[in-house]
Amino acid sequence: MHISEGVLSPPVLIAGGVLAVAGVTAGLKQTETDQIPKVAVLSSAFFVASLIHVPVGPTSMHLVLNGITGLLLGWAAFPAIFVGLALQAILFQFGGLTTLGVNTFNMAFPAVLCFYLFSPLLRRENRSWNVTAGVASGVLAILMSALLIGLSLVFTGQSFLRVAQIAVVAHTPIMVVEGILTGFCVLFLKKVKPELLVPSSSRRRDTS
Amino acid sequence: MPASETIEGTAHLNFEEFSQGDSLLHQADPRIKVIMAAAFAGTVAMNQSFKVLLASLVVASVLIALARLERQEVSRRLFVVNGFVALLWLILPFTFPGSPLFSLGPLTATHEGVRYTAAITLRTNAIILATIALLGTSSVFQLIHALRHLRIPIKLVQIFFFCYRYISVIEQEYHRLHNAMRVRCFRPRTSIHTYKSYAYLVGMLLIKSYEHSQRVYQAMLCRGFRGEYPVYRHFHLQRRDLLYLATMGIILAGLVVLGNVG
Repeated sequence: MHISEGVLSPPVLIAGGVLAVAGVTAGLKQTETDQIPKVAVLSSAFFVASLIHVPVGPTSMHLVLNGITGLLLGWAAFPAIFVGLALQAILFQFGGLTTLGVNTFNMAFPAVLCFYLFSPLLRRENRSWNVTAGVASGVLAILMSALLIGLSLVFTGQSFLRVAQIAVVAHTPIMVVEGILTGFCVLFLKKVKPELLVPSSSRRRDTS
Repeated sequence: MPASETIEGTAHLNFEEFSQGDSLLHQADPRIKVIMAAAFAGTVAMNQSFKVLLASLVVASVLIALARLERQEVSRRLFVVNGFVALLWLILPFTFPGSPLFSLGPLTATHEGVRYTAAITLRTNAIILATIALLGTSSVFQLIHALRHLRIPIKLVQIFFFCYRYISVIEQEYHRLHNAMRVRCFRPRTSIHTYKSYAYLVGMLLIKSYEHSQRVYQAMLCRGFRGEYPVYRHFHLQRRDLLYLATMGIILAGLVVLGNVG
């Protein structure tokens, strides 16, 4: 899911950086101080997800979980994903410093989009709507991220078209897996701890 | 469970294996190192000139040598990163327009394509080596502390701190839950049952860590936490740190000039 250091052209890197800074700023603005632990926990979960490998046919793939991050956090998905990616870049050199902006935008923008499209469905007391919301955000988040990664590559150079196509196609299995997984996960959270599904950016404290 | 299979994951992951040491770079001020890493990565990423990229790879290798890190581990990390670069080598030389170099069946590699891919390879390795040398030689907490000094918003710094703290908590919790599944004969396969089990695992992971974080946060509030972390080991900017910064500035300026001349 990460684009590594040294590949993208300067305009793409700069555009990604500007968009990511805007998203992170918006996310931070909407995060109340008492919501910070929740954002941070999702951020670490996003980090750990990349260490969880699930079998897909003969190989295995690691989870991404940006769909559920979006559903749970709203705009705060931007800072959460930014921090997760920054730590991955520093600790394992996955992704990179200069691509941090592009990578953050590619994964966090779909997350926020899923939040707007599907989180209203989560509030309904109807299991099939809830599952639909989960599956749809799992699938759409990965699909959008893959397309954005492809676009970043193609904007860098037309000759990347083949690489971009391969990157998008390579994401199909994990797209299906994340869809199924997010659907079940949403049902589980709805049953066990529904208050977690209220996004941090839409909740206001009613007691002081 | 067959006896041959071991229950892995009880050992704690060590993310910061490079941060211990007493080399020049280990002793340098983390703030200076963050600035140097960002400036170097930025300059190299913006550059197209072959000569400049070669020169920056040399600079990065000098930095790695100065950091005196374990060679094996550094090469292991380079190897992982170059997996993606290898994929590019399989495709880009053939899709880049230009004068033909050689043909493999229906595919024709171009001079320009090979050159372009080689430039990417140099750029990737130079930035990665410099990142390891400059940022790997500090602990993550030092780096986050440095970010605070560099005027990063306090909320983002807090997310960094909590996130880094909870990574090991969540990771251990994941292994605990995963082992619990395995002793109940869970075998990961490509099946709905597997994905459902993993979904519940992720859900449980989220809930447990959320509750944990809430308890810790409330305990912190009770003890007077107001968003600032009291630090007892402050950074002290020394003359040699400024010297490093100046040297890096001169080198980067040199790289930029080299790029414009050649």
